[in-house]
Amino acid sequence: MLTSRAENIRLPTSLKTGEMENRRLAKQAVAFLILSVVLLGSIFFGLCAGRFSITPARALEIVFNWLFTPGLLINQIDERIILLVRIPRIILAGFAGAGLAVAGAALQAVFRNPLVSPQILGISPGAAFGGVLAIVLGWWGLALLGLSFASGLIALVFVGLLARINGRSEIITVILAGIVISALFGALVSLSQFLADPNGSLPAIVYWLMGSMASATWQKLTLAAPGLIMGTLLIMAMRFRLNILSLDDAEARSLGANPDIERWIIFLAVTIIVGSQVSVSGVIGWIGLVIPHTVRMIMGQDNRVVIPASAILGAAFLIFADTLARTMTAAEIPLGALTALVGAPVFAVLLRSHYRERMQ
Amino acid sequence: MIMLSDVTVRFGSRVILDNVSLHFPKNRTTAILGPNGRGKTTLLRTLLGQQKMNSGLRHAPKIVGYVPQAVMLAHPYSALDIVVMGRAASLGLFGRPDKKEQNIALEAMARVGVAHLTDTPFLRLSGGERQLVLLARAIATGADVLILDEPAAALDLHNEMRLLDILTDISQESDKSIIFTTHNPNHALNVADDVLMMMPDGSTIHGTVNETLKTDNLTRLYGVDMQFIRLDNQAEEQSLVIPSFSLCRKCPAASVKF
Repeated sequence: MLTSRAENIRLPTSLKTGEMENRRLAKQAVAFLILSVVLLGSIFFGLCAGRFSITPARALEIVFNWLFTPGLLINQIDERIILLVRIPRIILAGFAGAGLAVAGAALQAVFRNPLVSPQILGISPGAAFGGVLAIVLGWWGLALLGLSFASGLIALVFVGLLARINGRSEIITVILAGIVISALFGALVSLSQFLADPNGSLPAIVYWLMGSMASATWQKLTLAAPGLIMGTLLIMAMRFRLNILSLDDAEARSLGANPDIERWIIFLAVTIIVGSQVSVSGVIGWIGLVIPHTVRMIMGQDNRVVIPASAILGAAFLIFADTLARTMTAAEIPLGALTALVGAPVFAVLLRSHYRERMQ
Repeated sequence: MIMLSDVTVRFGSRVILDNVSLHFPKNRTTAILGPNGRGKTTLLRTLLGQQKMNSGLRHAPKIVGYVPQAVMLAHPYSALDIVVMGRAASLGLFGRPDKKEQNIALEAMARVGVAHLTDTPFLRLSGGERQLVLLARAIATGADVLILDEPAAALDLHNEMRLLDILTDISQESDKSIIFTTHNPNHALNVADDVLMMMPDGSTIHGTVNETLKTDNLTRLYGVDMQFIRLDNQAEEQSLVIPSFSLCRKCPAASVKF
């Protein structure tokens, strides 16, 4: 051989890497702790703030009584507000925020593109059309959920069929098919609005499309929660696999993954989340884009961390935004409009600082 | 062990592999030589099971360690994150690497000498370091077959030597079969046991380096006159194969040929 080999190969510095590993884990633990505190703070803010403001101590007392004294009669006005109005609303906003953030993070991994969101796959417009159709037909509740989920799923299947060329779906064809199907379902939503009764279902459709948690009840929560939880847990369980799926298809295959099938499992989970969320609270955008990006900037790129951290921060963000939506003015601001108002500028700033740093 | 029997691959009317049977036994390192566009990468893709074959069979283990030429990363993972991904096959759809898997990855990184880079984002690494990290990932898969697509193409001389040395080490220490493509016949001469020449006329020559890597074969392979030079000034006897024109860069006749 041309050179002596031994001097070229560095010996394992296991002590050093072990230390580095521990430091990394400690940093992660601190970050998760801070995120949890943020979530708790957001929940408290949601419990206390509002037209009828309740002190944190009293809020805590009510929640504890309710949790640890089963069969308690709810008769005080502040108890009724917290237990029947605010808690279901906070839980729903939390699940929805967590689900949307996780769905966005998962799609960004699978598409190897940090800028995609459920919108891209046609899922949101599909689910929106299903919901609008249900309102036109006068269906609410489970029927609305079923129709918006089914319609989101149909949009996804269309995208899948359209993108599948020679038995394989390349990323770029999926994105293009998603744009086509989004346009199609967007047009169907417009058409339904045009046909809807201006004195009856049209206002309902318009308010619903703007997105709001205003109508959250325990009943609605039980409707949406199973889908939100299932989809989120499925993505959570696949969070290491997402790292693999974020590689080039050929590389992912060489590591034993089957990206053609596994991608669609993720898409299905995203559809379950988005369909459930849209059916109870209308279209709420931007969460899936802003939250995972913020998390990646703080905690790095590994989806094993990004997914759970996105869930926590997404829940905290949507609870906070929803509380603002109902407290800032006398009337409720549509939540979808608020998340866009907050999300778009934040995202613009993040994007610029992110790429400026990268280019240096 | 990895094997192709009677494999034909066509791109439209162009035949890339014509009824090829190949066998890469364990404990052997094979270099694949061939001119640009002859189908080296297609052959690797076929071995990896990623190329649709028009006919023939592929016998391969479920997981083959693969070191691509370059990696496009949308998300800047750390080097350790990249290497840990090598464990994916044994973890399945819902699995996550635990401490043990993490240690296998760290060992693989130590083995190729990049243990100090664990936390560095992959995209900040130099070309040579990236290649070594990808090699560590391929080792971390625990696969019996390692396939490298032009591993030395982007490397400076020092890193090239380092990579070839590591490859030699791996082949000597473990029962793996190693297959790599290269444009430099000296890599075959120095590292490989066997050589597979993909000739311009569509045929292939497969044999041991000693019997196959000859001036006439190489001349036919590249369409350039090749010659061996013996270096006697070292303790070990060493030869080098070079194109003839490089001895006479300034001769008018040779530069026309170049």
